[in-house]
Amino acid sequence: MLGRTLREVSTALKQGQITPTELCRKCLSLIQKTKFLNAYITVSEEVALKQAEESEKRYKKGQSLGDLDGIPIAVKDNFSTSGIETTCASNMLKGYIPPYNATVVQKLLDQGALLMGKTNLDEFAMGSGSTDGVFGPVKNPWSYSKQYREKQQQNPHGESEDSNWLITGGSSGGSAAAVSAFTCFAALGSDTGGSTRNPAAHCGLVGFKPSYGLVSRHGLIPLVNSMDVPGILTRYVDDTAIVLGILAGHDPKDSTTVQDPVKSFVLPNLIDVSKLCIGIPKEYLVPELSSEVRSLWSKAADLFESEGAKVIEVSLPHTCYSIVCYHILCTSEVASNMARFDGLEYGHRCDINVSTEAMYAATRREGFNDVVRGRILSGNFFLLKENYENYFIKAQKVRRLIANDFVNVFNSGVDVLLTPTTLREAVSYLEFIKEDNRTRSAQDDIFTQAVNMAGLPAVNVPMALSSQGLPIGLQFIGRAFCDQQLLSVAKWFEKQVQFPVIQLQQLMDDCSLSLENEKLASVSLKQQ
Amino acid sequence: MWARAVWLALRVPLGRRRGFTCQADSQGSGRITADVIEHLERLALVDFGSREAVVRLEKAVAFADRLHAVDTDGVEPMESVLEDRCLYLRSDYIAEGNCAEELLQNSHRVVEEYFVAPPGNISLPQLGEQLPFPTDSSSHSGKGIPHEHVEEQ
Repeated sequence: MLGRTLREVSTALKQGQITPTELCRKCLSLIQKTKFLNAYITVSEEVALKQAEESEKRYKKGQSLGDLDGIPIAVKDNFSTSGIETTCASNMLKGYIPPYNATVVQKLLDQGALLMGKTNLDEFAMGSGSTDGVFGPVKNPWSYSKQYREKQQQNPHGESEDSNWLITGGSSGGSAAAVSAFTCFAALGSDTGGSTRNPAAHCGLVGFKPSYGLVSRHGLIPLVNSMDVPGILTRYVDDTAIVLGILAGHDPKDSTTVQDPVKSFVLPNLIDVSKLCIGIPKEYLVPELSSEVRSLWSKAADLFESEGAKVIEVSLPHTCYSIVCYHILCTSEVASNMARFDGLEYGHRCDINVSTEAMYAATRREGFNDVVRGRILSGNFFLLKENYENYFIKAQKVRRLIANDFVNVFNSGVDVLLTPTTLREAVSYLEFIKEDNRTRSAQDDIFTQAVNMAGLPAVNVPMALSSQGLPIGLQFIGRAFCDQQLLSVAKWFEKQVQFPVIQLQQLMDDCSLSLENEKLASVSLKQQ
Repeated sequence: MWARAVWLALRVPLGRRRGFTCQADSQGSGRITADVIEHLERLALVDFGSREAVVRLEKAVAFADRLHAVDTDGVEPMESVLEDRCLYLRSDYIAEGNCAEELLQNSHRVVEEYFVAPPGNISLPQLGEQLPFPTDSSSHSGKGIPHEHVEEQ
């Protein structure tokens, strides 16, 4: 049951094959079993069970709220959740309990979704590995998959299997691990430079970044106001579309959401691929790209072409500057956004009482880790009077050039761009920490951050397993506010590639819950 | 002032063929002088904490300098991707509020309906008056931010 699509589970709930409480308990039990992944910071067991109870009442009366009623979901810990601790994986907000729900959380709860808990992330969503939060790093469930383990048997590393575990990618790694390990059906992440798509690629999930302005940011603790968006992580493209249909729309509390009427996000089962024009940006072919990713990218292009689509090479000339531009804009906005953390009204506060400035400074030193402090200081440097024009304004100008590159490409008839999401598959934690956070982010965000600067929708679709048995995904980029078309293409692609389900049999078999007539061991973990 | 002309001449060449992951751009540029450090710490109210952090900033700046090779003549800065639209403004009537009690609950120090802060108008101590970087970065004396007395470049 836990491996099914959202719609299938919803149907099962409506037909009474399973109750929301049973589903909830199954997921909670699995969360317990997968605790070692460190995907969750807070597990909201009581809340979830209460919500399940209410959902059950609704189903009994035949009054379910919709496709999400009774469905377990998880939320990244930088979304405010009323009454539930929200920490952003930082000492600064440890113990902080928001008095309100983020709009996207509220929308999900209004549809009857069950909130399983808050997931782990890099501190304040700064990072590309989910390794830098105060609650520790998140482990990729694929480290424990049959597919990966089989390939590792060549290595005589019998005992140290766990010491060489893989990262999830970041910064929404906890959400990705939660969905990938079947502890929930969908999870919210945030995407500022690829923070939803990157872990999706490493964990074999669909990671969707909506167009900027489509989904409300109210309640999402901001990193970069002009680029942040809530992201959606699921196992299937259809599930993403269902969640998006609920989240999209104008929010009076977030004036950067557009007021266009909300379109339907129901995805067609068949699309005519021969009418599509797929663009392959040539500047994305970089030497650092692993050969496996490159060959999969090429295969995907061939796949579209063989079905009659027009596949052309396009150029985004300012690509090589986009990571630099992103770096400047990101740190500058971060410097501004992090200024709100002074210990006075919420969050951590140190004991110094000499002066406001001394108190603020010590509070911030105690509350923030090196990564956050480093970005604040870099940002402040770029915003200094003598540097403002040369760095910040310059970066804003380059941002326009980058956004225009995309506009030009889409205006020339391209419907969707096809690019890699990451340079390679997930690496081990030990490998990842050899370089510092800034260097890693600069490397790992390469394919994903330009999209944030242009505000376009993008999605990672898992394509195939690498020779190591690890997921590799590809990214599709669409026109602004053409999210539905983008997801339709993604759905078609998903169907073509038939990405294998992760085999975490050991965990599933140990699950002590059993329902009448449902043999857990036979829960379909094979290809669909 | 910081040998700016020399710095411009030493600008990192942009190797397009190298792809765009940055190699260790360890151009210890010397732009991050003691003055700059102090200024930034005062503005950000966040301290560097160690020599490594200063080096990291230098690398970050060196990385950012690559942007200067782009020709942006006549290009307007872009503040938002939604610049062609009007920002939503709601009508000026009270829709919610009256939640003072809830908001006060999250603070550590509250007196009646006030958030309590230490006295203002007292600047952070100057560099020269500071203690050197502690070897154990978790200790702080409570007298102000420990600071490394950085040698003038």
